[in-house]
Amino acid sequence: MKPKTLFDKIWDSHVVRSIEDGPDVLYIDRHYIHEVTSPQAFNGLNERGIPVFRPGKTIATADHNIPTRDQHLTIRDQLSRNQVERLTENCQKYGIELFGLNHPKNGIVHVIGPELGYTLPGMTIVCGDSHTSTHGAFGTIAFGIGTSEVEMVLATQCILQPKPKKMRITLDGVLQNGVTSKDIIMYIISEISASGATGYFVEYAGSAIRRLSMEARMTICNMSIEMGARGGLIAPDETTFAYLKNLSSIPGIKDLKSSINEWSNLKSDEGSVFDRDLKFDAGSIKPMITYGTNPGMGMAIDDSIPLTDKSGDEAFSSFIKSLDYMGFKPGMKLLGHPVDYVFIGSCTNGRIEDFRAFAQIIKGRKKAANITALIVPGSKKVEQQMLAEGLMELYKDAGFEVRQPGCSSCLAMNEDKIPLGKYAVSTSNRNFEGRQGPGSRTLLASPLTAAAAAITGMISDPRELLTEVKK
Amino acid sequence: MAKVKFDILESTCVPLPFENVDTDQIIPARFLSATSRQGFGDNLFRDWSYTKAGEKNSEFILNDPNYGGQVLVAGKNFGSGSSREHAVWAIFDYGFRAVVSSFFADIFTNNALNNGLLPIVVSEDLLKKLLNLVKKDPGSKVKIDLMNQTFTILPTGDSVKFGINPYKKECLLKGLDDIDFLLSMKSLITSYEKTKSL
Repeated sequence: MKPKTLFDKIWDSHVVRSIEDGPDVLYIDRHYIHEVTSPQAFNGLNERGIPVFRPGKTIATADHNIPTRDQHLTIRDQLSRNQVERLTENCQKYGIELFGLNHPKNGIVHVIGPELGYTLPGMTIVCGDSHTSTHGAFGTIAFGIGTSEVEMVLATQCILQPKPKKMRITLDGVLQNGVTSKDIIMYIISEISASGATGYFVEYAGSAIRRLSMEARMTICNMSIEMGARGGLIAPDETTFAYLKNLSSIPGIKDLKSSINEWSNLKSDEGSVFDRDLKFDAGSIKPMITYGTNPGMGMAIDDSIPLTDKSGDEAFSSFIKSLDYMGFKPGMKLLGHPVDYVFIGSCTNGRIEDFRAFAQIIKGRKKAANITALIVPGSKKVEQQMLAEGLMELYKDAGFEVRQPGCSSCLAMNEDKIPLGKYAVSTSNRNFEGRQGPGSRTLLASPLTAAAAAITGMISDPRELLTEVKK
Repeated sequence: MAKVKFDILESTCVPLPFENVDTDQIIPARFLSATSRQGFGDNLFRDWSYTKAGEKNSEFILNDPNYGGQVLVAGKNFGSGSSREHAVWAIFDYGFRAVVSSFFADIFTNNALNNGLLPIVVSEDLLKKLLNLVKKDPGSKVKIDLMNQTFTILPTGDSVKFGINPYKKECLLKGLDDIDFLLSMKSLITSYEKTKSL
């Protein structure tokens, strides 16, 4: 038998029908929805007068536009409130489980899915959000979809989808101290550009990936979309199974042991062929930071902004336009550049390990006076863990206020906006113009680098602060 | 989903000569709070279209009365970033029926086709030629023929074939919609579920 990639194994076993010269009809095992990209899909069902086909396979949360303070009060912004109320109504009407605002299990969709045991190896998973790729960390085919496709899944539990090409990214070697999974993925994107994996689904492999925790793997898969990939996945292994065994419950799984036996076969066969095969050395990666307005514009924190765009296309003024927006010049170093805001949170870096990493640097220190910090746990569960581990106290002692869970400043649909012209070191996933508020200037980085900026008030190498702690 | 027909379009173009135009530029997140599909066109490219002081930015191409038409021409990797279909709704609502680039982000392509907005991929060279031509002469027209899959720059006569999934082409030519198609397959989907004991 011809060797098959993990991606092909999962995809092929979910094809209900192949349309000649067309997309595949792909069955979806798990559908996550949230308040922003679902209302129009429910309107569509309503207009057709049809029910949700398999309501048990859809899970809902409110996360994108909710406030991160005073969540027990009525949402002040009328449009946001309307969206959240519509989600509640739609879930009630169509029989969908909702972990809405103030629910003890509420949180960012890509944080709660895994932590509540709804994301399981071998599944096909979609959500009207491009960072659905996060769930690939469990060995799933998970990708973001548009609202028309949300409507398709609600109506038929299927989606029409052309099969993407396959890319493998192998990462061997040992990470340096102070380098995190966020730096790994930012490094890869800076190497292959913000569109380098468009048309592909990526499998991450290699010893450096194997050594990562589940949360670190989620950060990597999360940002697959930032290089244009449809999604990214990692074959499940002992680390995956240990994570699942540790969950308090896994809905729908009666015998976890026998499921784990099955999931153990979920890997690319020896000799399987990828359309593109890339290799990187983990040992040469340094803490990363972005200097431009797409995630491909990243560099090692102690590096200088390139003199020209790597793609070398002079016809488009995009590179200079981007630096102008950021207030930077080609060839400039960023170390020591003042920062105004620090944001830790989002579906990329809003999990307990991220807050532990941040704590490693702020412990026993004080927030710099010029820094406004937005500390936003990814879920209620993360918030509880922070409390249980004493992190809430630690953050408070260092001068940081911890907010309530939500997407917050990652896309600034709520009040958590970075003001015009201000610099934010952010653990989120996108540094697009205005992403964190009109005129905001985003510098993407790891939780360690964000913590270093929060303490020093400027762009700083986290390795130096980590060394100081050890002394 | 929208049921929109597309066959032949002849129109002037609006040039947007930037790469990596992401969906946050097309429609910023703070305008995503609506619960219907209408009205997003007002905020298309909002932060480029208005100055920081909140006035119309006369330097932005959409506000330049010399340029207009139903075809948007943009640099490579158009529509990258967020999966928000609102980006396509905004472009369509503004009045565009096709976007020409050398490269589109995957989710954007799907969303565009699901709403009758035709994404047309041309070579980098042809894209540059078109951008330069339109910049010099805003009255230059292009012709898009979906049946024959041809894209023609009328003043120069440059004509190329463009690719489109045959299924999607059929849907657009006939104004069909994926959900009707999927709903017609319910029994097949149910038997699939039985084989997987889902």
